[in-house]
Amino acid sequence: MDVWVSIIISICAASTPLLLAATGELVVERSGVLNLGVEGMMVMGAVAGFSVAQLTGNPYLGALAAIVVGALFSLIFAFLTLTLVANQVASGLALTILGLGLSGMIGESFVGRPGIKMQPIDIPILSDLPVVGKLVFGQDLLFYSSIFIVVAVAYFLFKTRAGLMLRSVGDSHSSAHALGINVIKIRYLAVMFGGACAGLAGAHLSLVYVPQWVEGMTAGRGWIALALVVFASWRPWRLLIGAYLFGAVTIAQFHAQAIGVPIPAQFLTSLPYLATIVVLVLIARNRRLTMINTPAALGQPFVPDR
Amino acid sequence: MRIELQKRQAASGVFSYLSPFLALALTLIAGAIMFSLLGKNPATALYTYFIEPLTDPWSRDQIIVKATPLALIAIGLAVCFRSGNWNIGAEGQYLIGGMIGATLPVLFHEWQSPLLLPLMMAMGMAGGALYAFIPAILKSRFGTNEILTSLMLVYIAQQIVDWVVRGPWRDPKGMGFPGTKSFNSSGILPDLFKHSDAHYGAVFAILTAVIIWFMLSKTLKGFEISVLGQSPRAGRFAGFSAKQMTVFAFLTSGALAGLAGIAEVSGSVEKLDDKLSLGYGFTAIIVAFLGRLNPLGILAAAFILALSYIGGEAAQISMGISDRATRVFQGLLLFFVLACDTLIHYRIRITSSLKGKT
Repeated sequence: MDVWVSIIISICAASTPLLLAATGELVVERSGVLNLGVEGMMVMGAVAGFSVAQLTGNPYLGALAAIVVGALFSLIFAFLTLTLVANQVASGLALTILGLGLSGMIGESFVGRPGIKMQPIDIPILSDLPVVGKLVFGQDLLFYSSIFIVVAVAYFLFKTRAGLMLRSVGDSHSSAHALGINVIKIRYLAVMFGGACAGLAGAHLSLVYVPQWVEGMTAGRGWIALALVVFASWRPWRLLIGAYLFGAVTIAQFHAQAIGVPIPAQFLTSLPYLATIVVLVLIARNRRLTMINTPAALGQPFVPDR
Repeated sequence: MRIELQKRQAASGVFSYLSPFLALALTLIAGAIMFSLLGKNPATALYTYFIEPLTDPWSRDQIIVKATPLALIAIGLAVCFRSGNWNIGAEGQYLIGGMIGATLPVLFHEWQSPLLLPLMMAMGMAGGALYAFIPAILKSRFGTNEILTSLMLVYIAQQIVDWVVRGPWRDPKGMGFPGTKSFNSSGILPDLFKHSDAHYGAVFAILTAVIIWFMLSKTLKGFEISVLGQSPRAGRFAGFSAKQMTVFAFLTSGALAGLAGIAEVSGSVEKLDDKLSLGYGFTAIIVAFLGRLNPLGILAAAFILALSYIGGEAAQISMGISDRATRVFQGLLLFFVLACDTLIHYRIRITSSLKGKT
């Protein structure tokens, strides 16, 4: 029994960064912007979280710093694509390349240092309950944040006026502009929210999951998060399924490597990436699902006419 | 204060030539600021990065060696990007090209023949093209997002090559280091000059640049590429098929990335090991944009990015500047290139917010 609980907890840990980053990107894409820089923002969050935790001794300050750094870093992308209407695909790539380089430089002095792990929150009595105790009441703050953010985003997008405005900007920026909605401002805010979430996702890696600083430690998770948004067909709740599916694949291949399955480790390591491709193909084949939910203005530049 | 864009009537000819230089200048300024923040003398650092390597014959050779794969990959990417196909996985196609191209000299190590090199190059190109065919067919058949699939394939390619050089192809006498046996002389791409590291891959790059330049600017295929890239709808009316174009663009760019891979394996490393790439497939994206997706411009851009690699090594040795600074430089450069390209299509006005409200 305890084995299964610990496996499920490790799946939660593997899924949380994916879920956080993907939820942020979902909001960005719902506003009509495609930010391929998730990987870069995430790795910046990871290094910011780790270094601030090292300097202050407090992992929560680290997580806070990761949020701020992620949001600030995404501003570069926002300025380029929203103010200067540069190509979104290329600008997102630039953000990723810059993030990987910059984080490597900042984190150089932290390589090999023992990390400060964010401890699980143990709610007395409740966390001692069998099975559910550890799962529901005994995890770290970032796990709860990831679930909360999904719920909050689902509510915001589909139950509030501001959420409707954001979606209208993503579906038709010219109509939204004609209605007097400030398209650029909403998109700036959405991109920064995405950056903050990606930053926090990175902090989860360097403060909970690994917890160390390793250069390029995101290892493609930012890209998997992007794929998850497509998988979820831009619906927040479906992100939960997707992220946990990928978390499970990741943990499964770890366990397979640990018990010595007679398959080369490299093939097992490839599994999550392979799974991403398979999932993308399956989703793309379902044309109706994608057509209905894809934000119609996704990736298109907008210059307000005056 | 706010920034306003005003669409130009026609693309500015002046800025389409000027913008890469403007971007370079801005990158140098940003670099100088970065070096002073690191507590280094910015003038010395920039000199070490961008001038000193040019004064030394060994460094000049190394620049050519590194510019070769960058240029080959970027020329292929230009075909993709111009046609609206986002191949982000050139790194994977480069690795697989290098691996497939190395098959003959690894499995038949003793085989010496003038046929060997052409076969290796052809197999490298085929390997890269086949690997690029996966995202292409997924996009054209199922509408799968090619950005994500081609990128995921990079991670898979890294694992495949890693497995091959540690597992089945590992040299048993390699002191435990991952990598194959060194090729015999007939599997090694000859050097350009005596006592030089620069190999014939550089000639491939120049020839490819001319051929693709000709195709893009003088043939119907080139016209088809730009029509489909700028307006897929207009392309359909002209009877062009976007799906066939996706396959064509990916195959071309995969083949060139594969050629880059096998040229590097055969000309520079002379065996297949786990350090085949310095991230050339990603740096080539910067090269492609800096060269404004023009094959001849790309040759110049590849030279500049290769210079930054060599200068980075020099700065690390002589000034203790982290080699990560090179990647920061490259990332900044792409930002400035993209930002400056705005000037080609728009006039930028900076207005004070008081006056702006009319």
